[in-house]
Amino acid sequence: MTFCVLLTQVLVEPESISRLTLRDWDLLIRQARHANLLGRLASKLAERQLLAQVPAQPQSHLEAALGVAHRQMLAVQWEVNRIMQAVAEIPAPIILLKGAAYVIQQLPAAQGRMFSDVDILVPKERLDAVEMALKMHGWITTHHDAYDQRYYRTWMHELPPMLHLTRQTLLDVHHTILPETARLHPDPKKLLDRAVPVAGFKRLQVLAPTDMVLHSATHLFHEGEFKNGLRDLTDLDALLRHFSQQEEAFWEMLLDRAKQLDLTRPLYYALRYTTRILHTHVPAVAQQAASIGAPGWVTIKLMDALLLHALKPHHPSCDGWLTQPALWMLFVRSHWLKMPPGLLFRHLLHKFFLSPKETA
Amino acid sequence: MNVSGLTVNALARELRREGVQIRIGTYLVRIQSSLSSIAQGLHLLYADYPLEPEAAFADFHVSIDPPKNVRRWLAPQVIFRTDGFVPFKPLPADQAYPLLEWGLNWCISTQYHRYLVIHGAVIEKNGRAMILPAPPGSGKSTLCAALVTRGWRLLSDELTLVSLDTLEIVPMCRPVSLKNESIQIIQGFEKTVTMGRASHDTNKGTVAHMRAPTASVMRSQETAVPAWVVFPKYEPGVTAQLDEHAKASACMKIADNTFNYSMLGLRGFQTASNLIDRCDCYTFNYSNLDDAVTRFHDLAQQ
Repeated sequence: MTFCVLLTQVLVEPESISRLTLRDWDLLIRQARHANLLGRLASKLAERQLLAQVPAQPQSHLEAALGVAHRQMLAVQWEVNRIMQAVAEIPAPIILLKGAAYVIQQLPAAQGRMFSDVDILVPKERLDAVEMALKMHGWITTHHDAYDQRYYRTWMHELPPMLHLTRQTLLDVHHTILPETARLHPDPKKLLDRAVPVAGFKRLQVLAPTDMVLHSATHLFHEGEFKNGLRDLTDLDALLRHFSQQEEAFWEMLLDRAKQLDLTRPLYYALRYTTRILHTHVPAVAQQAASIGAPGWVTIKLMDALLLHALKPHHPSCDGWLTQPALWMLFVRSHWLKMPPGLLFRHLLHKFFLSPKETA
Repeated sequence: MNVSGLTVNALARELRREGVQIRIGTYLVRIQSSLSSIAQGLHLLYADYPLEPEAAFADFHVSIDPPKNVRRWLAPQVIFRTDGFVPFKPLPADQAYPLLEWGLNWCISTQYHRYLVIHGAVIEKNGRAMILPAPPGSGKSTLCAALVTRGWRLLSDELTLVSLDTLEIVPMCRPVSLKNESIQIIQGFEKTVTMGRASHDTNKGTVAHMRAPTASVMRSQETAVPAWVVFPKYEPGVTAQLDEHAKASACMKIADNTFNYSMLGLRGFQTASNLIDRCDCYTFNYSNLDDAVTRFHDLAQQ
């Protein structure tokens, strides 16, 4: 598969900016902004002292993005502080997921990252208490349609997104990492058991490094939304690079854990596409071992073809005539993985005929 | 070459094809559109602005076109996109031109944080800038439009750009947006103004844009030093009254009227408070534009 996107070329090899013309910069800034990666690009360049080499006009945009990313990081920290305040009375662990976890652990994956929400995971038996506490502290539920409420509460792995009334921030409260109805069944209890406490907070935790990677992979390759696909792939790349440097046995631990959690398939995809698109260094042994999660070759070819489109920045410069069909097929695939056929049929019927249509 | 160097048809053709790159102060904006109303609006209101077709880097890439569905013909709508991203819902086709101006405001106030971006007009005389921050309905644009026809230079009628390091005011001189009665008031106040086509029934009522004075457009690269912050308020029947305004409260009002104040964090606070330190602050109640012009003339002479 070929993946010639200026943005990924520069992310893989930041030094290559010395060869860019101003016209290339024009395209690069636009692709990065579209992929929600302008902040990450800027922080990569800043980290390698390359920002000063950037021509003045694009430099302004990169510096502005660094500012936004910094501000978002502070906002996420404050949001976590508010959430913990709200649930202080509940004797349950609160596990930060995804971006907020990277920020609170100061992982490289947080550098320059843009956020749209905060995600937490709580034990299912505490879900009601947590939801109630959040409601008492200014969060309200969205998706007021009765069918949507039931969709989330009965079948999904999370509550309908909650919105804070005054700060207008979004919070996703999960009780597991895949829908209850999904094909794969990672046991949330296993995730909770290995969660790691966060210094400076009572009861706040993040997933263990292996689980963090697996969750990121599951989220990217099993959800149907690829709006932030490339952003999420760069998260995976940053996590893999960081954890494999920290811990020599990381790759074996990762694979063992994938087996325990029934997540060898998303791990396989994670390694396949991070190495191919972002040149993440994964030892050959680990890649070989991860192939136990590989699907048949027809599926691999199909996924290569689809993800080639889906993981590009959704910028007009990257979109071809196959992009929309590819995104649509991945969306369909995600639903196929999410629900058994009978339920899926019912869900689609409802969404198509009964749900109130949004009026433009 | 300036926009006026093209015929309206040639401009329309360029807009439809590759788009045109227009220099607006420090920004280079690339605009694409298949709509004749956009070509006409730009041809009339941006006549004095330089075209830079060869420039390799544009700060913003915007387009405004009909949607690719039935709303192209049936109760026609238009969509504003910045580089494919759609920040607003489609609007009736009659509002295409104001939508373009609003879209550009959106790009500058949300995507470019090299300046403190205050929601307010800013004008200049003798190198000194007067900032008029105000919520909608305070008559700031009307006042600004009147003053720029009487010797003040227009830096912006909507977005005051304050340089974070030097506090200089960076011009972003564009057409002045006027609403409802203000359109006739300004046309009556100064017969020579060029007014664009009015769009009716927008969110803000009837909207029309007044062409920025040529002299202001020509000086779009020239910054100004902030000297005054004036909070205007239009009140029918009052005689013009300029009162000193406490600095602490002026600073809070500036913060409230700044799009990216909290985004900039400490830097935003420092810039806003240094700005206020450097300026004389006033409130200004008025009903008559001639009185206002006299008062501001006196202030500039002090």
